[in-house]
Amino acid sequence: MKPAPFTYHDPRTVAEACDLLATHENARVLAGGQSLMPMMNFRVAMPDHLVDLNRVGELSYLRWEGEALCVGAMTRQRDLEFSPDVGRRCPLLREALAHVGHRQTRNRGTFGGSLCHLDPSAELVNVTALLGGTLHAASKRGTRDIAFADFAVGYMTTSLEPHELLAGVTLPLPGDGRGHAFVEFARRHGDFAIVACSALIGFDRGGRIADAAIALSGLAHAPVRPAAIEKSLRGEQPGAAAFKAAAAEAGKLDAMADAYVTTTYRQHLARVLTYRALELASARAGERANG
Amino acid sequence: MADTRNITVTVNGEAHSREVETRLTLADFLRHELNLTGTHVGCEHGVCGACTVLVGGTSARACLMLAVQCEGQEVVTVESLAAGGKLNPLQQAFQDHHGLQCGFCTPGILMTLTEFLREYPDPSEAEVRTALTGNLCRCTGYQAIVAATLDAAKRMRGGA
Repeated sequence: MKPAPFTYHDPRTVAEACDLLATHENARVLAGGQSLMPMMNFRVAMPDHLVDLNRVGELSYLRWEGEALCVGAMTRQRDLEFSPDVGRRCPLLREALAHVGHRQTRNRGTFGGSLCHLDPSAELVNVTALLGGTLHAASKRGTRDIAFADFAVGYMTTSLEPHELLAGVTLPLPGDGRGHAFVEFARRHGDFAIVACSALIGFDRGGRIADAAIALSGLAHAPVRPAAIEKSLRGEQPGAAAFKAAAAEAGKLDAMADAYVTTTYRQHLARVLTYRALELASARAGERANG
Repeated sequence: MADTRNITVTVNGEAHSREVETRLTLADFLRHELNLTGTHVGCEHGVCGACTVLVGGTSARACLMLAVQCEGQEVVTVESLAAGGKLNPLQQAFQDHHGLQCGFCTPGILMTLTEFLREYPDPSEAEVRTALTGNLCRCTGYQAIVAATLDAAKRMRGGA
């Protein structure tokens, strides 16, 4: 047996799942299992109670509410990847999903599971940060909304309480005419990125940059939104000069180091990938403005 | 006291009922309870892809699922491919193109490609290579696997 012993629970509703989390110590929520199961097989995670959400049908959905995309926590990554509506209305998300693991892991892996695992380089976490998503937590006490900025509190640590589960996420869609890009560098396709960068750009009527958003993963425990760089791009003429200046600043952001990748190399990637993301997003914004 | 459950799982069209510990992985269930040892177990943490099977028609890592999660589900393993002892077109193409050497990774690759070729009956080489990213092979260098897959797709489209 690979995992340490646990008591298995497979609730059918969110209410049942919340009851279980409220009454059991050292319980873990099992979503798609593509991160928690490896941790349990290694016995890095040894929950006494496993609350499996795979039979809670109400957590699996994809809805459009005005200018926002609402995703159930148990919605499989492959369902998002294959949704024609997602491809049309939020192509950024599809571009990011192509980098998430492999087809076998996306078949099982969920949107909510990726957010709760909170790997510093996870693509879906990056997209949620870029779009300024709101997370919906459920517990026996009711529901509460958490802004993404308040969700990632530390390295692979969320602000969810032990008795709470993530029920869904609301992602505000980029406004009309925005160009998007998601680029990353990983040692192998499907690995977590060393650094990933996503960007959104919109132009004003004169063709200058009206607004820009950037999210960089792999520098800190959660994606970084460099507000000063985003602001510095406003009013600029889109092109190599402006993007090079912004990328240079991205290369000066604080970056973590680990046994494999140094701070210097992460900063180098931040500079290169920021430039590529801005260039691609700008080209797409231009196509939309002209098309 | 071990936490156990009674489950019924349909594997390759045949229903199997067993009492299992809830922490038993699907991979170990197939190998140890049903003696279906075609599904190989490599890394046991979702990286190598050797244990890939189809659950409910889609590919999944059998080491990252619990057997109890497959209660009432249909699981398809590599043993199902050669109906009546005759290699199916994908397997035959692997043999013809030397798409395997030691064969350890092959069951997972065949199951991954079984799903892939249903979705991409006429894939490009790049699409085949992307589909294979979730399966590690340390013998072939992948070249022969890619050639076998492209040829299998052609044969399955009736263009052999």
